[in-house]
Amino acid sequence: MAELHSVVCVKVVPKPEEIRVDPETKMLERSGVRDEINPPDMNAMELALRLKDRYGGRISLLSMGPPFFEANLRVALAMGADHIYLLSDPAFAGADTLATTHTLAEGIRKIGGVDLVFCGEESSDGATGQVPPGIAEWLGCSQMTLLTDVDVDLPASTAQGRRETKGGYELLEVPLPCVISVKTASNEPRFMDFQLRSWALEEPRMTVWGASDLGADPGLIGLAGSPTIVTGLAEAPHRERRQEFLAGSAEEIAESLLQIIQQGL
Amino acid sequence: MVASLYGPDQEAKSIWIYLEVDGDLLAGVSLELIDKGRQVCDQLGWDLAGLLLGHGVSDLAAEGFARGLDQVWLADSPQLKHFTIEAYTQAAFQAITAARPSVFWLGATPDGRDLAGRLAVRLRTGLNADCTGLLMDADTERLVCEVSGFGGGVLALIEMAEHRPQMATVRPGVFSAGTPDHNRLGTVVPLDLQISEDLIKTRVIERSTGEQVDLTSAPVLIAGGRGVDGDFEMLRNLASLLDGEIGATRPPVDEGHIERERQIGQTGVVTRPKIAICCGISGAFHFVVGIEKADLVVAINSDPSAPIFEHADYCIVGDVHEIVPALIAVLNREREVALG
Repeated sequence: MAELHSVVCVKVVPKPEEIRVDPETKMLERSGVRDEINPPDMNAMELALRLKDRYGGRISLLSMGPPFFEANLRVALAMGADHIYLLSDPAFAGADTLATTHTLAEGIRKIGGVDLVFCGEESSDGATGQVPPGIAEWLGCSQMTLLTDVDVDLPASTAQGRRETKGGYELLEVPLPCVISVKTASNEPRFMDFQLRSWALEEPRMTVWGASDLGADPGLIGLAGSPTIVTGLAEAPHRERRQEFLAGSAEEIAESLLQIIQQGL
Repeated sequence: MVASLYGPDQEAKSIWIYLEVDGDLLAGVSLELIDKGRQVCDQLGWDLAGLLLGHGVSDLAAEGFARGLDQVWLADSPQLKHFTIEAYTQAAFQAITAARPSVFWLGATPDGRDLAGRLAVRLRTGLNADCTGLLMDADTERLVCEVSGFGGGVLALIEMAEHRPQMATVRPGVFSAGTPDHNRLGTVVPLDLQISEDLIKTRVIERSTGEQVDLTSAPVLIAGGRGVDGDFEMLRNLASLLDGEIGATRPPVDEGHIERERQIGQTGVVTRPKIAICCGISGAFHFVVGIEKADLVVAINSDPSAPIFEHADYCIVGDVHEIVPALIAVLNREREVALG
């Protein structure tokens, strides 16, 4: 029986709390902003690591992005993964959901022999939770989303997941291979293992693939493979508020609030 | 560029809405999308259709017509009793490729997102997720999706030229539902489903539905942030006196003080209460979008320079642990007076 092989898809994003919008140009100020692994992806990583703790096997980290992702990816590697695959090529840039999911799926195909693909629920820089089902569709495999826990039955080649639903949960079982998205904040991601740090920095731990390595159809990747186009930017509508300050003791303020609430309802 | 399975020259001039079933009813977000779709279709002279999938759900078509649909494409089958991604994607794919609508909208719910993500790839089309606005350009007949940009007050406008259907998901509460007209009629189009049993790979072992939280229709929202120090019991007391619901910013949710369903803002719920009372919330943009549609906003924060005050009608610089109990005391007194 083959060992369990998981892929964890991770993205490197600027720390949202450090991003500022230039009040004049309305452009995002990225300079001086530090990057991090997209926090929801850390929950995906943790769930993959727990399965590795239980059953052994290996974890491949997969990311699509520019070469500067490397530093953050190597930190994630030192959490207990085995190898990094970075899909990096100017031809991948400008990808929307369709092109992103296709590129990641091609990466997973090329890695080969994958049982489980773990993704975060969403990315903090604006996407969307629609990437994991997209990857599953390109791969033609099963999916379970918003999981808080997962287990595998390798002899039966199945995965069981606990899925959060509105006000409840469901327990699902699907055949492997399977794409999984992990509910944000559903677990406490471990810190990197400092003993693995220098190992993780070794050169052979990372493989970089470009578009030609994947043999990707140029019409399905990057800007060229993206049906959607950004046609404009607008300032978010800002609703003017009264901004009237209420002063006094807590009791006096409470009396004023009572009036305001009674009028407002 | 890869082409979608049908293009603008083959499209039907119609907007389709995915009708999500929530218990025995159409989900709130589906009603919101119907109302929005009705307005747009009236302007363009287009048809508005709903896609209804499930088992024992055919009665809900009438509700769809009352809300503004012209047609309901219906697949009512035991195979669709539970949401499974395989059966629902196949059923939606079959309906969409048969009818070729120009536009397809879904609620950004767990099932809606799963279905949208998978279907868009199968149709080789684009998908705009979590739109904050939807408009149709009457000249180009293109859907223009407003998507709120990373962290800041910027909106990106996104369209697709050659790919159909033009797919978008929208979170609950972004639009408001209209009032039903139960005399309004429409046409049911039954779908002859072709789903083989071995297509369905997902097995539902167990399912539990708990109490559902609906923050989008609560008249009063009591929202707490870091400054509440996890004391949501206090906010719950205040909410119960006002027939309101409690909500939160992301940090208390991440720290486990309150359920994630109650997270307000860009990555949570967009609310539209008559009154929102924001307690100990600094007022980051990604939270503020979730209360932007409130009629009246009250903010309590100990920091006079907190950005939340720029988004509030009434601003109180003070400790929430003093102001809220004082307000609870006053409301209790009023209640006793009212009860005589």
